[in-house]
Amino acid sequence: MIAGMNEKEMAQRAAAEIRDGDCVNLGIGMPTMVLDFIPSGKTVFFHTENGLLGMGGFAQKGETHPDLVDAGKQPITCIKGASFFPSDISFAMMRGGHIDLAIMGAYQVSEKGDLANWTAPGMLPSIGGAMDIVAGIKNIIVMMSHTTRDGRPKIVRELTYPATGYGCVSMIITNLCVMDVTDKGLLLKELANGVSARDVLSATESSLIIPDTLS
Amino acid sequence: MLNKTYTSSLEALHDVKDGAVIMFGGFGLAGIPQNLIRALYEKGTKDITVISNNPGSRLGDNEYGLAILFKAGRVKKYIGSYPTATKSFKELYDAGKVGLELVPQGTLAERIRARGAGIGGFYVKTGAGTLLAKDKESRDIKGEQYILEQPLGADFAFVKAYKGDFYGNLVYRYTGANFNPLMAMAAAVTIAEVEELVEPGMLDPNTIHTPGIFVKRILKGERYDRWYE
Repeated sequence: MIAGMNEKEMAQRAAAEIRDGDCVNLGIGMPTMVLDFIPSGKTVFFHTENGLLGMGGFAQKGETHPDLVDAGKQPITCIKGASFFPSDISFAMMRGGHIDLAIMGAYQVSEKGDLANWTAPGMLPSIGGAMDIVAGIKNIIVMMSHTTRDGRPKIVRELTYPATGYGCVSMIITNLCVMDVTDKGLLLKELANGVSARDVLSATESSLIIPDTLS
Repeated sequence: MLNKTYTSSLEALHDVKDGAVIMFGGFGLAGIPQNLIRALYEKGTKDITVISNNPGSRLGDNEYGLAILFKAGRVKKYIGSYPTATKSFKELYDAGKVGLELVPQGTLAERIRARGAGIGGFYVKTGAGTLLAKDKESRDIKGEQYILEQPLGADFAFVKAYKGDFYGNLVYRYTGANFNPLMAMAAAVTIAEVEELVEPGMLDPNTIHTPGIFVKRILKGERYDRWYE
């Protein structure tokens, strides 16, 4: 089993995609770690679906407020210049294409950029804001482990889990590598330290475009 | 003189009957009408249809908010976006004891807003082509696929605001607004609980989030729990 990047390194890699002035939606779980890797020179507005643009970090003991939480229901803080709004406005920001980038987890991504992250066979489904996010935000980065816990590929030819959205993912960051979703297929862009293109191929179901520099 | 105030949560719920369809504001535990939820539990109302983003919320080993109604078997059907928020919902669902209509969160907000604004439905890209589009009309608009979503209303909306006045004008705080202002517009009877209830004129009209026209009853909540240290 090849380790590749740990979760912090993956979050740091995802953070490098964020430009100065971007409005960014972070999914619950691992993507929230991206908050810790924004360079001090950049102004970034983190959006949380429950009604805040300008999320700060997690609230410390003594600074929590029961009405100030993120999408994962964790107590948080807000930055100077933040704004609060109701759910319809919050989803207008996403569905209307006003948010620059979303970083979210996934169960599966297909080679066409189809995404599955809301339910699997035998599971009580929950959707939250995931379908709205992928319907409206043009730039979707998926951050996930390259394979399932029992070693099965999560990057597949066709989804076998119910889709959240189709052709919506633009980049995949896993513990093994970084890939772009292109019109021609998945393009291997970077390899984690100690990981070869062969390692990635053997852990991936779909075909990959591998540039000479990485093969 | 117009006065919409009630002195207790239980009194404000006097005409809520078994089988009622009720919207509850809140996301997680932020902005939930916790006093009205407790009063509804005490009242013993059953066969309720609950419309809310999540069916209560879990912190550590405990569940709060709407979870008390689900655990007590008072809920017939749940309409919302995040049923996995509590173990109690999963247990009831797996046992076939509660119905579920799963709605994407943004669509839930917009369906409620549509009902409140007198809009008969709308086309949205969210969910197009997925399992959640099953049995929904779809159409191509400028080369993209959209599905038709229906308005969503209720007999009652229970909402929570930070401050309110005797006329029902409401002001929310932080992420406590969420679904509250939308639900306030979408029910036959909207009941608001607030942390601070003041006389008309004490709130700056420039800062009102929900105008009193949408609120039928208002009360000062008896007790506000803090769940975080």
